[in-house]
Amino acid sequence: MTPTLSRRGFTAGLGALVIGFSLDGKWSLAQTRLPGSLNDNRMLDAWIRIDGQGLATVCTGKVELGQGIVTALAQIAAEELDLPLSRVQMISGDTSRTPDEGQTSGSQSIENSGTALRLAGAEVRSLLVAQAARQFGVAADSLSVSNGVITAADGRRVTYGQLAGDLSLRREATGAVKPKDAATYTIVGTRIPRADFPAKVTGQPSYVQDVRLPGMVHGRIVRAPRYGATLASFDQARIAAMPGVVAVVRDGNFLGVVAEREEQAVAARTALIASAVWTGGRDLPDPAHIHDALMALPTEDKVISDKQAAVPADATSLSATYRKPYLSHASIGPSCAVAQFAEGKWTVWTQSQGVFPLQEHMTGALRVPASDIHCIHVPGAGCYGHNGADDVALDAALLARAVPGRPVRVQWMREDEFAWAPYGAAMTMRLQAAIKGQRIVDWNYDVWSNTHTTRPGEPGGVNLLAAWDISNPVAPAPPRMIAQPAGGGDRNAIPLYDFPRQHVVNHLIKPMPIRVSALRTLGAYANVWATESFVDELALLAGADPVALRLAHLSDPRARAVIERVATMARWRAGDKGDGTRGRGIGFARYKTLACYVAVIAEIEVDRATGAIRVPEVYVAADAGQIINPDGLANQMEGGVIQSTSWTLKESMSFTRERVTTHDWASYPILRFPEVPRVTVELINRPGERSLGAGEGSQGPTVAAIANAFTHATGKRLRDLPLGPDRVKAALS
Amino acid sequence: MAIDLTVNGAVHSVPAEPQTPLLYVLRNDLEMNGPKFGCGLAQCGACTVLVNGVATRSCVVPAGSVGRAAIVTLEGLGTPEHLHPLQRAFIEEQAAQCGYCTNGMIMTAKALLDAKPDPSDAEIRTALAGNLCRCGSHNRVVRAVLRAAAAMKAAP
Repeated sequence: MTPTLSRRGFTAGLGALVIGFSLDGKWSLAQTRLPGSLNDNRMLDAWIRIDGQGLATVCTGKVELGQGIVTALAQIAAEELDLPLSRVQMISGDTSRTPDEGQTSGSQSIENSGTALRLAGAEVRSLLVAQAARQFGVAADSLSVSNGVITAADGRRVTYGQLAGDLSLRREATGAVKPKDAATYTIVGTRIPRADFPAKVTGQPSYVQDVRLPGMVHGRIVRAPRYGATLASFDQARIAAMPGVVAVVRDGNFLGVVAEREEQAVAARTALIASAVWTGGRDLPDPAHIHDALMALPTEDKVISDKQAAVPADATSLSATYRKPYLSHASIGPSCAVAQFAEGKWTVWTQSQGVFPLQEHMTGALRVPASDIHCIHVPGAGCYGHNGADDVALDAALLARAVPGRPVRVQWMREDEFAWAPYGAAMTMRLQAAIKGQRIVDWNYDVWSNTHTTRPGEPGGVNLLAAWDISNPVAPAPPRMIAQPAGGGDRNAIPLYDFPRQHVVNHLIKPMPIRVSALRTLGAYANVWATESFVDELALLAGADPVALRLAHLSDPRARAVIERVATMARWRAGDKGDGTRGRGIGFARYKTLACYVAVIAEIEVDRATGAIRVPEVYVAADAGQIINPDGLANQMEGGVIQSTSWTLKESMSFTRERVTTHDWASYPILRFPEVPRVTVELINRPGERSLGAGEGSQGPTVAAIANAFTHATGKRLRDLPLGPDRVKAALS
Repeated sequence: MAIDLTVNGAVHSVPAEPQTPLLYVLRNDLEMNGPKFGCGLAQCGACTVLVNGVATRSCVVPAGSVGRAAIVTLEGLGTPEHLHPLQRAFIEEQAAQCGYCTNGMIMTAKALLDAKPDPSDAEIRTALAGNLCRCGSHNRVVRAVLRAAAAMKAAP
């Protein structure tokens, strides 16, 4: 079965407003709360329309980031509608055509958009059946439905297409029609291949980088050599006279160039960099003491968990501090956008994770109403959070304004992406705990971090790079805490274990000496690492088996099940000893404490001479509730393991007191093919249970498993990431 | 200034300066989407094309230096209707997430299989060591190359 999803032909006609969708019906307090994203987008035809041919157009505000979400959402809609996938066309992420579902982030798309589509699909199907029942003069429950055809007991048939004309879906969803019983699923839960792959493996236009419009020109941006520098001068006349240059755009400290051909724009950018004189700028903290420098800054502190009980006097206490560096999203494709400014309005083709929040913040930067900016999502390279995708959209819009009528394609250069996209924040975790016998009786956890979201859409400012540089700048939104249980820097800081006494404090460091924002898992990667490492430290202290100690403190049967499963997969044996070079370790988390359950066992080898850690084998057991697409879920688990292994062994963004020095793949190496672990995934399906977000679930458990395996192998504990050769050699010397 | 290039069996004359990176000519003049801009530094492999059968980083090769050499891009291997065994294998193994690096994976694997039709798992990993993937699809890519090799052996 090959689903047909909407693949936009990249033509000038793109972006025409499609009349007839309901984007009204926003939630008010007087209304009943509806599940998932249905609550904020309540009209049925905002989600689903059926045309005269019986084809369903299904709209989602969530977007394809390489995680396969659009295929999974199509499965859910087709399942409830009783339509084959080939008759479902998806439209995603368009400020004129789809529901506003905010950002596509936090492993929430199946839970929010999937829930909306499940309920809307069930309701649309029931309306079609009711319509057919009226037409036939029979009871609705006497009708059967298959592949968009409704059949009566006497053999009369009517198709969705024949019914569609007389049925208005412009009505508020009730959310009251019961979706299908999971036991009857034929599309959900099956391995449907990604609808976008045939185009992507054959070079059909698939990405925002591939958008080509008539008269399109190419833009490039020149950014300051360091944070906060002021553009004093540049050779406008010489650059403007270079071959193909259409416009040199300067607005305060924002500097860009537009040229007929891409290589001309790149050459003009190079010349601009050479001629631009910048003054001033902000010094950065000492990279050798970055964590101390960050902890000395003003914080907002919040106790996020506090459970009191007496700590036995004879318990053994232990404390440790863990540190995680700044990490880059390090997308393979530098961020790209195409913008066209015509008759006072912009159309922007963007790879943003949230076209509506982007539109909102672009209105703030450009000082125009939202109706003047139409943002259309087109996939880009994987972003893994808030990279340069939104920034480049405003860059393109600013350049487009200088060349009215002509679409401007801007792709950042590699060094723009590495130096200017936000980083995942550096973090410090300080733990103190006590154990008596094999019971953990006290747990104190403090986490210090900058914010993990400075995305567009945050209130109180504009979170787009160029907005801060233009001559009439708009300040960024102030950082704020994200409430538990999801959390930000404190995501997964509250342990999942049953401890009698615990005290967990989130210290949000307000000033941001280095630009940071959402990187896949936010704080969870570091918090799961610290928590799970420290549990192992306590196990070692108590002479307990790490798997047994975890199970002894877990009452949630689904948490226990993934740990038991992964232990079986890896043939875990209590009491196995590392041999100085080889070892294995376990890590577990329930992502965000409310999404998928994942347990990981990693096997590692340490080269004591070079200090290199190899991870040959990783086992994963995961429970994401009702599985929508088992292969898509497994792919997310595998990818998370490998990306996390790369973060853990190799990655750290670099800088000096003067400037950021991460600018290419030589200065920011990532894991390569020969270094990639084999990954074995087993999924525990829970038919009928709520589907749980899974796109970020394996990263925290993976770093913990590798770190614990290092201790198992060598008897040493590393508490600073990454686990690079220098640290390994120092620990073993 | 015009450059003549032989791409996927056809000769094209493009109005570009000789020092223009081949990648930009392929993407912007010939409107191909297979080769991608990733770094412009020959570090990541997203832009890989075959030049006389050799996997080549088109982002650093001046278009004017290619001469009459035969250039093959992802588009030259197959179409959605007539997939090359490597393209088919990548779909069957679902060997991508975002797919941005996939061009480089397939083109590098094509050069490998042309030279060595029956590579081992380790040989594939070594051949692809210069191609970066950020989504973590590596193991699926290796499986896809093995699958394609088997398919090409069965039906050469």
